Amino acid sequence: MSTFNAPLADMRFVLNEMAGLQEILGFPDFEEVDAETVDAILEEAAKFASEVIDPLNLRGDTDSPVWKNGVVTTNKEYKDAYKLFCENGWHAMPVNPKYGGQGLPHLVNIAVNEMWRSASIAFALCPMLTLGAIEAIRHHASEELKEKYLHKMADGTWSGTMNLTEPQAGSDLTAIRTKAAPDPSGDGTYRITGTKIFITWGEHDMAENIIHLVLARLPNSDPGLKGISLFIVPKYLVNDNGSLGERNDLICSSIEHKLGIHGSVTSVMSYGDNVGAKGWLVGQEGKGVAYMFTMMNHARLNVGLEGVGVAERAYQHALAYARERIQGAIIGDKTKETKPILFHPDVRRLLMSMKSRTEAMRALAYFVAGNMDKAGHHPDAAVRRQSQAYVELLTPVVKGWSTESSIEIANDGIQVHGGNGFIEETGAALYLRDSRITAIYEGTTAIQANDLIGRKTAREKDEAGNVGFTARKLYKDIAAYADALSGDARLGDLGKTLREAVQAQIDATEWAIGIYGSEPQIAHAGSVPYLKLTGIVVGGWLLARSAQVAQAKLAAGATDGYYKAKLATARFFAKHYLVHAKAMATEITQGGESVFGLEEPLF
Amino acid sequence: MKILVPIKRVVDYNVNVRVKADGSGVDLANVKMSMNPFDEIAVEEAVRLKEAGIATEVVVVSAGVGAAQETLRTAMAIGADRGILVETDADLQPLAVAKLLKAIVDKEAPKLVIAGKQAIDDDANQTGQVLAALLGWAQATFISKLVPGTDEITVTREIDGGLEKLAVKLPAVVTVDLRLNEPRYATLPNIMKAKKKPLETMKPADLGVDAAPRLTTLRVVEPPKRSAGIIVADVGQLVDKLKNVAKVI
Repeated sequence: MSTFNAPLADMRFVLNEMAGLQEILGFPDFEEVDAETVDAILEEAAKFASEVIDPLNLRGDTDSPVWKNGVVTTNKEYKDAYKLFCENGWHAMPVNPKYGGQGLPHLVNIAVNEMWRSASIAFALCPMLTLGAIEAIRHHASEELKEKYLHKMADGTWSGTMNLTEPQAGSDLTAIRTKAAPDPSGDGTYRITGTKIFITWGEHDMAENIIHLVLARLPNSDPGLKGISLFIVPKYLVNDNGSLGERNDLICSSIEHKLGIHGSVTSVMSYGDNVGAKGWLVGQEGKGVAYMFTMMNHARLNVGLEGVGVAERAYQHALAYARERIQGAIIGDKTKETKPILFHPDVRRLLMSMKSRTEAMRALAYFVAGNMDKAGHHPDAAVRRQSQAYVELLTPVVKGWSTESSIEIANDGIQVHGGNGFIEETGAALYLRDSRITAIYEGTTAIQANDLIGRKTAREKDEAGNVGFTARKLYKDIAAYADALSGDARLGDLGKTLREAVQAQIDATEWAIGIYGSEPQIAHAGSVPYLKLTGIVVGGWLLARSAQVAQAKLAAGATDGYYKAKLATARFFAKHYLVHAKAMATEITQGGESVFGLEEPLF
Repeated sequence: MKILVPIKRVVDYNVNVRVKADGSGVDLANVKMSMNPFDEIAVEEAVRLKEAGIATEVVVVSAGVGAAQETLRTAMAIGADRGILVETDADLQPLAVAKLLKAIVDKEAPKLVIAGKQAIDDDANQTGQVLAALLGWAQATFISKLVPGTDEITVTREIDGGLEKLAVKLPAVVTVDLRLNEPRYATLPNIMKAKKKPLETMKPADLGVDAAPRLTTLRVVEPPKRSAGIIVADVGQLVDKLKNVAKVI
């Protein structure tokens, strides 16, 4: 197995040059944090990720949690690592300082989160779900509930879950049937009955208690989304003094056998088989789905980051193999000397493709995270508004494009290994299996793409009624940037390729806005290709900007090989991915009708 | 009891070290630097003594370039109380470092100095010993166990052929070996707190020490590349080659 080395050079570059870390650290809200401390945090997190978490990943894959009579047991290494992760303060890091977090910018959290995800998506899922539950409670629950649950959830003593899905209610939450009824005692609590599925880390033995957030319907409520409320349903009831009381009426009735992320638990949860599980209402009745959606940008960005993380890990794994596997002489090499496969043209292409896409995905994810910080903390209201608009527009792209790309990248990683990649012991297959879920949960790629082409573009309106103004502005800005770069003596070719690609993006966007009102089905038939196009164009723009910074640093005398590498990856991305943009725009604008070309009975 | 721990910023142990093209030294440009691993063990031991209520204060000292501040912060994130940097861009050799440390020990008056047994960059293995001699203190090198006492400590040393147990009168200088302890991972709250701990910076001249090198480096070269082996036909040829080519028998 290769060892994971957090890509700190690229992370620092993207944080500073693409995502505006310096500016963000200058905001009054972050005056406690300085660049050296951020650096020290990144260094120590990198160490923890590679030495403590990464070695768990393969172990969790083969020695996965075991279910027996409703109890799930994890292996000892997982438990020890979770304990150390919590004790060392990494679990609480992104939580609000009031409950023990560090109050760092999202941008710093995002870089650290990427490392956890590179090391092990399965392990990082437990803290991620807990954090989601913490945010839902913090934003919407009463002070009393917050005090009761948040402190112990923040430090990981208790974990949290999100219970949305039911067998008949997947992407369509209106189909939720789980019931909540006021407790007959009249004490203000509720009794929950129903079955939830796909509950990540719904039952395990790493935390002392598990706080389930459950979407359920109250009696006589609206049959649609507005009839769904959110409840806190703890595994063990919590006494007023904070100690654990009796076991609640809920059980993990089985766990799933999955394609990947075997180290994590995916539970079927049965609530209220006996008297009804005791639950506490979060906020107001009927607002459950809305509450869940307030965390959507965060959750989706984090899953997009799983794509970035696993892609980076798959690349490092493939690179290590390509350096050590010696096979055959290189085409055109007269010495006929056998060399590492890294020197074969197609292995080189695969590695460049993995590396350049991963860097584009990282740049995009951090760009969005930086905009989250600006949206929340920039002193100028206009900048806050603009940043929030970019977060809204690009979050589905980070989620959809980075996860879909990570599957392709992990797949390329197997190809680099040849036949050995097909053998589990080599470890390359694990990343493909782990990456596969990322394009599904927290909203499938189609859900992201529908959001992007619909709500975020064709249906977005400003006060003056301008449709798709955020998207149109961004693509216009990119076009202006590309025009300027086209005149650059060294990077002109990059500028021209980017210009053609962003034109394709503009054409596809105008087409989508134009057709959306009359033929939304046709627009949505092209939504996934449109999302991928957007990822390539915006990612390509950030890589072109990176190349420009790298070029300037080299011109100023920098000798760091990193900058040369950045120029090479940016150019590769342009020549291998940006060039697809035009064909993709044609697919989107002219392919929609053919999607419906086959009548249903003829399938 | 106050404990002083000298630490050195060195090329990270994961880095493949390269010699500069002009043979003047090792190429340090854009190379990851971190705390000398033996020094990390020394810091960990001192912090454990503090946590056990035996040490009252742990002071970490480094001599070298300004960036060594980061290394001192790392030690403070592990749990050291404060840091001192003797800042200089000059080449520092073990004797100079020992003199600087002596001046600091004179000022700080610790009862115990815990140092790494050697730094992984030049592997000199001298500073601790020279410091003890300059101070006229007891010394114990390569320790793998430390049991504290009031006027003396008991240490276990790793020596050729086994372990040696010694009682060492305080004040003393000890240098630590790999098996003394396993350094902890710094916790996030402690990384944040390290920034606020005091870090004093001074120059060698402030301590009245002439840190100029006494030795001259003539040339730094990479070890010779191993050439391919040959297969000998029989034992006679092997003996002949060992005798006349390798000249080892």
